[in-house]
Amino acid sequence: MKGFDYLGVNTLEFDVEKCVGCGMCLTVCPHAVFTRSDAGVKGAKVTLDKPAKCMECGACAINCPVAAITVKPGVGCASAILHSWITGEEASCDCSGGGCC
Amino acid sequence: MVKESSEEKQLTPLEGVVVLAGDEESSPLSKEGGDCCSTSPSHRDIRERAGIMVYPLVSGWLDTPAGEVPKVSPVLTADDKRGTISMRIGIGRDSYAITPGLYAFGEPNENSHVIVTCNYKLTFDHLRSTLSKLDLWVVVLDTKGINVWCAAGKGTFGTAEVIKRVNESSIDKVVNHRDLILPQLGAPGVSAQEVKRATGFKVHYGPIRAEDITAYLDAGMVATPSMREATFTLKERAVLIPVEISLLLSPLKWVIPLLFILSGLGPSIWSPSAAVTRGFALFMGLFAGGLGGAVFLPLLLPYLFWREFSLKGAAAGAGVTLIGLLLFGGALNWLEALSLIVLGSAVASYAGMNFTGTTPFTSPTSVEKEMRRWVPIQIGTAALSLAGWVGGAFIG
Repeated sequence: MKGFDYLGVNTLEFDVEKCVGCGMCLTVCPHAVFTRSDAGVKGAKVTLDKPAKCMECGACAINCPVAAITVKPGVGCASAILHSWITGEEASCDCSGGGCC
Repeated sequence: MVKESSEEKQLTPLEGVVVLAGDEESSPLSKEGGDCCSTSPSHRDIRERAGIMVYPLVSGWLDTPAGEVPKVSPVLTADDKRGTISMRIGIGRDSYAITPGLYAFGEPNENSHVIVTCNYKLTFDHLRSTLSKLDLWVVVLDTKGINVWCAAGKGTFGTAEVIKRVNESSIDKVVNHRDLILPQLGAPGVSAQEVKRATGFKVHYGPIRAEDITAYLDAGMVATPSMREATFTLKERAVLIPVEISLLLSPLKWVIPLLFILSGLGPSIWSPSAAVTRGFALFMGLFAGGLGGAVFLPLLLPYLFWREFSLKGAAAGAGVTLIGLLLFGGALNWLEALSLIVLGSAVASYAGMNFTGTTPFTSPTSVEKEMRRWVPIQIGTAALSLAGWVGGAFIG
């Protein structure tokens, strides 16, 4: 996604100690946030290479077999966030317009 | 025939079939009887059962150890295409779903791949036409008519639903392998290891785009890095514009009366003729802002170099309003013109900020950070612009 940089703040955390190098996060991440330089080596740990590119979809965390990754997935929809500010509820896609996602 | 109430959905035991009416239909459908009267030799009598209609996209039935599986026609009909256009312009988006379950693309056999998708018909139709040359089993999840990516975020394209549909469809009797191919963008909702534990099927995340599935399968279920990376091309952004516009239309029913009330205010307290002429000008300012935020911002997204969408939008809105004023704004005084530019910027800024939810690269934490800063600015500048507009009537 060259040319598309956003503010770069997110809740992604990676515990490299727990990583078993299965590579699942490399597979599921749509923004290549993780990389593995020694890709040929079995069990080589991954590196959190571009944390600012994370959009908090949560795919890596739910598919990590050893829970080495945590991220708070959420709804990046402004009207859902506005709604959550007003009502105090968690932001969700279930807004009346139905168009936020 | 794709519109069903959620109640009806629960009552459809056979894939490819819409139950049109009746709560007696919860029992499995009987399949006895001849096929003398069906329109195509491969169609069973199922078209003749009272209250039931087969989707037009079903071209026949495939006998499998797990029962009859509907075969899906790869050819999109005029109805399918009309449906796609309706979705793109934002009509009926809440209920464009097909019945979940197992479907057959082409002539799959026990060695064919099994792919998993959502039940948003726009997605399903896209797969039908894109994968028309492949023989595949397709497991459709019940995502309430929502696309894969959003449904994964909501959890409806999720671990539990994958497990449920894999078990209910008895796909394990239909194929002799234990591999499922899920779209990569479904991964936020699905835990591959849990699906494996519960069903014995190994989850492979395929490419993001359906166009890459053939190459992915040909390579032995290996995706290239570019297949795994989200994109947001000009074309991908442009198709979103009609829905962005439709989202801006709904508040107009209370905004327009407000515009005319405000525009009538002036030295003579309230003038109906000013309400009409100045109200129209104010509406055009609003229109210019909408155009900036919902049309020019998506198109020019990478070239509006600020990171905040609110700023991108404000710039686009100011630009469009300025051009509009230069072309048509000769009769306005300086305060009115300035007010319209500020209003156009504020509206476009808000519309632009909302576009974050449509892009595939903005994190919610960042969006909230942007909003904390920009929503007060948007409200403040919009209020200022309206005050300036009313003030403009007195210096005219």
